[in-house]
Amino acid sequence: MISLQHITKIYDGGEHALRDVSIDIPDGDIFGIIGISGAGKSTLVRCVNLLERPTEGRVIVDGQDVTNLSGAELRSYRRRVAMIFQGFGLLAQKTALENVCFPFLASNGKVTEADRAKAKGLLARVGLADKASSYPSQLSGGQQQRVAIARALACDPEYILCDEATSALDPASTQQILDLLQQINQETGTTILVITHSMEVVERICKNVTVLVKGKVVEQGPVEQIFADPQNETTKALLGKGSWNV
Amino acid sequence: MSSAQDFLSNYGKLLLQGTIDTLSMLFISTALAYALGIVIGVVLYVTSPSGLRPKGVFNAVLGWIVNMTRSIPFIILLVALMPATRALVQTTIGVRGVVPPLVVSAAPFVARMIEQSLAEVPRDSIEAAEACGASVPRIVWSALLPEALPSIVRGVSITLISVLGYTAIAGAVGAGGLGDIAIRYGYYRYEDEIMVVTVLLLIVLVQLIQSTCDFISNRIDHR
Repeated sequence: MISLQHITKIYDGGEHALRDVSIDIPDGDIFGIIGISGAGKSTLVRCVNLLERPTEGRVIVDGQDVTNLSGAELRSYRRRVAMIFQGFGLLAQKTALENVCFPFLASNGKVTEADRAKAKGLLARVGLADKASSYPSQLSGGQQQRVAIARALACDPEYILCDEATSALDPASTQQILDLLQQINQETGTTILVITHSMEVVERICKNVTVLVKGKVVEQGPVEQIFADPQNETTKALLGKGSWNV
Repeated sequence: MSSAQDFLSNYGKLLLQGTIDTLSMLFISTALAYALGIVIGVVLYVTSPSGLRPKGVFNAVLGWIVNMTRSIPFIILLVALMPATRALVQTTIGVRGVVPPLVVSAAPFVARMIEQSLAEVPRDSIEAAEACGASVPRIVWSALLPEALPSIVRGVSITLISVLGYTAIAGAVGAGGLGDIAIRYGYYRYEDEIMVVTVLLLIVLVQLIQSTCDFISNRIDHR
């Protein structure tokens, strides 16, 4: 279980991105964190894999405090927590297969035949068996994101962090990606943390959701409950039930 | 026709040797400048405030040294470095004598070009590599440099053409090469033909360098 405890992030410029955020993400869950731009949700997810260090507070994973990990320990922790990005984050000069193999290179310094076979299997898993030798520029946005998902799966992660993973995609691709994430969650039990500004995404795949406003948690609970009876003005606005004058 | 034959028999050997000298100066010093410049450029990028391993003070000092070296006019650097050059390669003239100052002058330039090329790599790709649990050397070697390669190759043409200009300046103080021939024969002795021919040779060289680098860069770029 990922447990975020009293996370505060203050950037060098003095900007408070997060204020005392505490969230428990149960294992096997698809957990949504929703908020408008600037709410601090990207900062929060980046604190989970420590691309960003919290100014205060702790990140506890399966009882272990990972907040201050560094070097080899940090790298091996990051292999347990895969991430997919809004902009896909693929290497443009590498083929789809080479991109999926990158985590093997990162952890072992080399890519074995077995790794390559596994990567091909993952590409097939995301429906891109025939695109192994294509470069990202030859793929559509949805296909690129599926390559990124295959890469995320390479290290058999326990957690997948999705930072606005469908925000750059059209509705059809968005649906494909969300379905894929849901299948992965069901088949492997991988916990998925979904950062989004779209209530639609939360409604489609999340079980629990946290609403973040100006770096603070304003509402938290099972998706049905939040949707049925939103308390906060921003939640209502996100649901189209209120105005944005908050 | 006969005048062209005369010209060739008089100057052919001289021009051939000049071209060989220019090319050796050019490629030897550029290769060495890249060996140094890539390291400095990567370090500048990695230690920059938004880099993978921010080291503010170190980065500022290194950047300052790079800028300082780049500020010194090449001809001054060439003369100032003579004692060091002599200690290093036992001479200050000819191709050998001009390689050290050319390297010292070009390396910081290369470092900035490399830093620029690395900065063009989208941040997302690098963060994704970091999120995969890759170490900094692994990210540099397997992600950053391969991603930046097409841009680095385009930079190579700019560097080669700049260094070609420097070799002509070095010609003025005994380095040999086409620049030296243009100055000695064309400028001091008013031999217009040889001046024109050396300049034409330099033009051809520049065009060749530019087209070759563009060709390679386009070939390897999969964006």
